Amino acid sequence: MTVALTHLERLESESVHIMREVVAENDKPVMLYSVGKDSAVMLHIARKAFYPSLPPFPLLHVDTTWKFRAMYEMRDRMTRESGMQLIVHRNPDALARGINPFDHGSLHTDLWKTEGLKQALVQHGFDSAFGGARRDEEKSRAKERIFSFRSANQRWDPKNQRPELWNLYNSRKAKGESIRVFPLSNWTELDIWQYILSENVPIVPLYLAARRPTVKRDGLLLMVDDDRFRLRAGETPVMRSIRFRTLGCYPLTGAIESSAATLPAIIQEMLLTSTSERQGRAIDHDQAASMEHKKQAGYF
Amino acid sequence: MSGASGQTSLLRFITCGSVDDGKSTLIGRLLYDTKTIFEDQLSALAADSKRIGTQGQNIDFALLVDGLAAEREQGITIDVAYRFFSTERRKFIVADTPGHEQYTRNMVTGASTADLAVILIDARKGVLTQTRRHSYLAHLIGIKNLVLAVNKMDLIDYDQSRYTKIVEDYRAFADSIGIRSFVPIPICSLDGDNITTLSGNTRWFSGPTLLEQLEGAEVDATAAQQRPFRMPVQWVNRPDLDFRGFSGLISDGFIRPGDAVRVLPSGKTSTVARLVMMGGDLKVAVAGQSVTLTLAHEVDCSRGDMITAADNAPEAADQFESTIVWMADEPLLPGRPYWLKLGTQLLTATIHTPKFQVNVNTLEHLAAKTLGLNAIGVANLSTDKPLVFEPYEKNRGLGGFILIDKISNATVAAGMLHFALRRAGNVHWQALDIDRDSHASLKHQRPRLLWFTGLSGAGKSAIANLVQKKLYALGKHSFLLDGDNVRHGLNKDLGFTDADRVENIRRIGEVAKLMTDAGLIVLTAFISPFRAERRMVRGMSQPGEFIEIYVETPLAVAEQRDVKGLYKKARAGELKHFTGIDSPYETPENPEIRVNTVETSADEAADLIVAYVLRGFDEGTGAKKV
Repeated sequence: MTVALTHLERLESESVHIMREVVAENDKPVMLYSVGKDSAVMLHIARKAFYPSLPPFPLLHVDTTWKFRAMYEMRDRMTRESGMQLIVHRNPDALARGINPFDHGSLHTDLWKTEGLKQALVQHGFDSAFGGARRDEEKSRAKERIFSFRSANQRWDPKNQRPELWNLYNSRKAKGESIRVFPLSNWTELDIWQYILSENVPIVPLYLAARRPTVKRDGLLLMVDDDRFRLRAGETPVMRSIRFRTLGCYPLTGAIESSAATLPAIIQEMLLTSTSERQGRAIDHDQAASMEHKKQAGYF
Repeated sequence: MSGASGQTSLLRFITCGSVDDGKSTLIGRLLYDTKTIFEDQLSALAADSKRIGTQGQNIDFALLVDGLAAEREQGITIDVAYRFFSTERRKFIVADTPGHEQYTRNMVTGASTADLAVILIDARKGVLTQTRRHSYLAHLIGIKNLVLAVNKMDLIDYDQSRYTKIVEDYRAFADSIGIRSFVPIPICSLDGDNITTLSGNTRWFSGPTLLEQLEGAEVDATAAQQRPFRMPVQWVNRPDLDFRGFSGLISDGFIRPGDAVRVLPSGKTSTVARLVMMGGDLKVAVAGQSVTLTLAHEVDCSRGDMITAADNAPEAADQFESTIVWMADEPLLPGRPYWLKLGTQLLTATIHTPKFQVNVNTLEHLAAKTLGLNAIGVANLSTDKPLVFEPYEKNRGLGGFILIDKISNATVAAGMLHFALRRAGNVHWQALDIDRDSHASLKHQRPRLLWFTGLSGAGKSAIANLVQKKLYALGKHSFLLDGDNVRHGLNKDLGFTDADRVENIRRIGEVAKLMTDAGLIVLTAFISPFRAERRMVRGMSQPGEFIEIYVETPLAVAEQRDVKGLYKKARAGELKHFTGIDSPYETPENPEIRVNTVETSADEAADLIVAYVLRGFDEGTGAKKV
């Protein structure tokens, strides 16, 4: 007898296999949880992979204090529903210096996210961390391994990665060294949406179109999520029907004008779309090959 | 792009070609024709094409797939990159591997997960050395679906007879290495001929187009479902005392509740009770699915075991013939223990001296004592425990393995098991009526292996000789193995290369083991420079029996003593591979005894070692400083 597995079933099965390998072969794993759609799918798969047990690792949210309010609500709801432990880390240094996306540009991402993540991993002694990155997101990620080895100072050396054959992953490492694991490596943005639809995965409502207060600035359509948003002279928030393809710090995340208020409508829009999802991310445009530089420094 | 349903299948493939065959252009073309490239990527591509492209003012598709910044400048790709596109019928994952000197390692990596390989040929050049190499590797790694894409047809004016000649040349070669079938397609990836639609330039060609072939090929997972059930156990799921589930990815066959299964290596049988899934149990699960199942009986089963069809289980063995693809800068050391990972089994393996190495360009068999980076060879290997397996040719999941260096933790090789040399089940150690304890008690002593290690001239033999005299005086039976009685006899065929040093120590370890079985206190005095081999001998010994004695003498002091004049010769370049000069010495990390010969005389050291040996071990752990 044969049963033709759909591509979503094969992708899900591969992700489950990867997660179980990590749990079986590492002492202290953690799952990076950024509350976005990829994290939502990763968390959903983790719950399936270890059911009826709870996933045997905590969730880690590296917070910048500048996420959308709806993301914090979703984070707390999913923590309750999953029954898993949530660790929230805010870089105390960035907090003390009042680092924010309006005044500090790329330093904001460096300190809150890159440094914050490294601090949290070291502080808790995690030897392996799941991340929701996908190879289709960006050129330098196309070469990332599923098990990505990091030196004791958390650096990624693209020229010295372990070959990955078949589904045999090597997670052996010396003390202090760690691995980042990307169970969604082979998923595309469309796969993520199709999976969210077919599995009814809860997502932050900002992914669905609604009328929200916005301003247009530097080519991005920004949402005015709270009173910390600094309006420039002449700027007045305008209500527009918008949604987000990717979620990060709200002053840095561009929306798209859309009327797609349901998952099927989003998928239909995706099939017709003409820009990549990272186009709405301010941080990627800083300099040529900017993602690769961030990765080498420890950004996920 | 595929529809909204998600009801499409998945095909993974690899493209093989040299730098100039248009491989990146072909992948770029597939992404473009399936509308996978977005406008912002396209405008970046157009700008890049003008700046660093090779197609003048036209779009250089190759730039889409050449990734890392360093590579963009050099115009080459370094590693395996994965690309994604989809059509109405299928989602595709393409492994793109570069065509330069790291090729073997990268192509084998990319091919290991591929259902299909596209072999690219430049129509002007025909079947080249590289074509043969790519085809050999694709066949070696077990890819059944091969497409021969004859590219750049525009540059030979779409000439049918030249195309036919290339296909015939290739068929002759393919037959010679055992490739049963392949699908030839004339294409021009720059202009898109026969990629998604049949080209008006090749009216003599009736199809299929490349994309049709990719959409129609059978995937490996479907074929695997028709074999007997196998599931390597990854993880035991125990939320509480009432539930005990076994989680794993089904590699072959299918399973339903009520099916009889056998757990390997124990051989115990049971039946499947449930296929547990969040949201509701499954009625059936097939190869390619990750599941958690429960059994009707309490059966011992843990990670590394395999649950299989009860009436058709694979065998276990501990000696195999295998093909090995070496992937590390440090060469293979025959005899050195490596970790071997196959499925979820992790055990220790040693590789014997290769039978031959394959020249991947000419496919000739060459004599070899080791395998270097990117070398492919056939060698026997032995494992320390029985390994449940199937020949790679029959089953990629149960026959493919990786080797991991025990010190650096790097993945150093990939391998494929051919067949077992003997079944582990048939090997029974002769049960001796007079066992090792009887020998030892007759001598009123406990067997020990005193392993002296240190630089040449450190004083190992001198101290070992004294220890032996003192033991003799106390009525203890001992034997000293040193260079004089081993290098001239048992190991006179071995030199001083790294590979020979490993084999030297392995043989000494085996001899020492027989002698301790006979109840003796064995002393060895060899430089034994590598941690891995000392650890190997320790692993062969009974717990507590192996006593590592590090005779610590600074290189400068040993060189100054230079009792045998060897350092002088090594410095003069007359002696190669001399430890401390042009060959490394790896300091013991946790020796039982450490002797500093600058502070301690040989006689004092010998007294302390004898006291340690006769007192036994009960008094604390850690290195004793002498």
